[in-house]
Amino acid sequence: MSDKTYKVPTMQEMSAKGESPEVLFWVGCAGSFDDRYKAVTIAFTKILNEVGINFAVLGPEESCTGDPARRGGNEFLFQMQAMSNIQVLDGYNVKKIVTACPHCFNTLKNEYPELGGNYDVVHHSTFLQGLINDGKVTLKDGGEFKGKKITFHDSCYLGRANGVYEAPRDVIKALDAELVEMKRCKTKGLCCGAGGAQMFKDAEPGNKEINIERTEEALDTGAEVIAAGCPFCMTMMGDGVKNKEKEGSVKVLDLAELIAKNQGL
Amino acid sequence: MAYISQIAFLLVLAVAGYLLSKRIGRIKKNIQLGKDIDRSDQKGERTKNMLLVAFGQKKMFKKVIPAFFHFLIYAGFLIINLEVLEFIIDGIAGTHRIFAPVLGDFYTVAINIFEFLAVAVLLACVVFLIRRNILGIKRFTTLAGWPKLDGNLILVIEIILMFAILTMNATDMLLQGNDPHYTQTGDFFFSSFLTPLFEGMSVSALHFVERFAWWFHIIGILGFALYVTYSKHLHIFMAFPNTYFARLVPKGQMKNMDEVTTEVKAMLGVGDAGSSEPPAEIARFGAKDANDLFWTDLMGAYACTECGRCTEQCPANITGKKLSPRKIMMDTRDRIEEIGLNLQAGKPSEDGKSLLGDYITAEEVNACTSCNACVEACPININPLDIILQMRRYMAMEESSSPQSWNSMFQNVETNFAPWKFPPTDRFNWADKVNN
Ligand code: SF4
Ligand code: SF4
Repeated sequence: MSDKTYKVPTMQEMSAKGESPEVLFWVGCAGSFDDRYKAVTIAFTKILNEVGINFAVLGPEESCTGDPARRGGNEFLFQMQAMSNIQVLDGYNVKKIVTACPHCFNTLKNEYPELGGNYDVVHHSTFLQGLINDGKVTLKDGGEFKGKKITFHDSCYLGRANGVYEAPRDVIKALDAELVEMKRCKTKGLCCGAGGAQMFKDAEPGNKEINIERTEEALDTGAEVIAAGCPFCMTMMGDGVKNKEKEGSVKVLDLAELIAKNQGL
Repeated sequence: MAYISQIAFLLVLAVAGYLLSKRIGRIKKNIQLGKDIDRSDQKGERTKNMLLVAFGQKKMFKKVIPAFFHFLIYAGFLIINLEVLEFIIDGIAGTHRIFAPVLGDFYTVAINIFEFLAVAVLLACVVFLIRRNILGIKRFTTLAGWPKLDGNLILVIEIILMFAILTMNATDMLLQGNDPHYTQTGDFFFSSFLTPLFEGMSVSALHFVERFAWWFHIIGILGFALYVTYSKHLHIFMAFPNTYFARLVPKGQMKNMDEVTTEVKAMLGVGDAGSSEPPAEIARFGAKDANDLFWTDLMGAYACTECGRCTEQCPANITGKKLSPRKIMMDTRDRIEEIGLNLQAGKPSEDGKSLLGDYITAEEVNACTSCNACVEACPININPLDIILQMRRYMAMEESSSPQSWNSMFQNVETNFAPWKFPPTDRFNWADKVNN
């Protein structure tokens, strides 16, 4: 809708100009390669542009944080990844990072310090909450989601792993939507099934897929939107909704997408 | 004559003390078979956790009904045991209710409180027996064999011990008018309901019943204490150190393997890797057997109450996979006990068996989503996930036996710097789409 040209500055460009951004947007592998999550990356980029945040990305210099390798047990590979990422980040003197992936968030925030990488890392839900609270994003009254039922699926690596439960919910409430909770939520939230490197292999034999169990619970709330804040949750819940043939009536959307839609971006 | 019972009492006490200290020593040694990990920091925070979670039962109250009855048993256990102090002094000194003359009326009040608690404990045990055996609660019905029997035995023993106290008090009251040895105490409310059962008895019969109940109770308590060390009931003690020494970092943070850091730094030629010292001897990457785990993991295994709250929340278990975090803890305890017994018998520590393989299968380890639901659910802050992840490290780094898809993922990360097989040069292509 907007005819504005959105910019995606890279760290390299900025440092060539002798500038440094306020915050680095860590896009993550899913945000860079996964077709569905690229839309989230773009939505968040548009919001950053709209608000006029001085940000940059690493672009081609970004590399996997190593999270899936570490969760799969390959500590060597994780530490190789981590140390070369730290070299890049420190090379640009990065201080603050925002990311739309709870796995990247957890790894950068909690696990890089022990390897010498110390940054102020926030998940985009907290970042968006901050923009709303500071009045930098004013949500339109009677936007697309007004009065609609939205349920939030807690990502394990945002919720239990790091205790972030309220930021995503505050974002949803700011949309004037009706936030409905699933039976298992917050500290008791049920995993989508993809964490701990499960995203990269088939599940062990059982009698049900975890994402189906979780999707059923989400659908039981009667919500029209299942909000998520994690690329893996997004895939799992999206697949679950398709499996239940509900993709016509129920959408799985990221928090940044909710805001971007409200703003008509 | 009186001396005989005093000597007998001392003997009982000595035997119980000996067996108990031997057993405690064994458990301590077994826990020390684990790898070292430093948990000596943040003493204030640790004490706070112990007071809230173990002493205050904070996490139990996520389930209100069992928490209430559990609290009755817990409070009863703590307070009624004050009476054991009197038992022991009486037993050694040959006195009877030595505190009664000292405390006067307050003694009657105290015993009435103990009796109230005894009845409360009794009721709670009955409720728990019903929950375990009749209500079909999944986390209990999935137990079989010894763990199931153990859970029921504890409750039955507690019921019997409480009855012994009440019987003792009931006959004591009847004897108070007839035998000068029995100090006048005033009425005990709850045990007076039992007195009709004994009213017709002769003084000597009453005497026998009273003494029998006394001995039964004290020997029962001592025997129970010993039994507890072989049982899931050990949590009544282990919950305290376990909550004290539990991890304090965010749940998502995996423990860094410093031995790997040293090697990686040397490979990349960064940091302080220049030191010419040979790397410290590395026993094994990750964990194959129980003694490859950290002592905190082994302590957790001894602390585990086998309540199954972890498994009840586990997404893998809920959807029918073999993984059960409760089983991870129970297997770890069984295996470290076995290793301990081998060592005690002078056998070599390698017995051809290992925790991973003989107790826990790769299938279980691989099914975990690292969601931390088990860690969150555990009422005494045990961390089954920590054990699972250490086994994954062993499988990936020592055996290269990770699932094939993970090996491909590792390879992608290594060569393409992403878990999927996309060329790194495409990483920034998304930016082309921002403006259309
Ligand atoms: S962390 Fe693993 S074992 Fe624990 S609940 Fe989640 S999937 Fe189950
Ligand atoms: S690990 Fe904790 S939650 Fe699981 S059975 Fe043991 S005590 Fe219960």
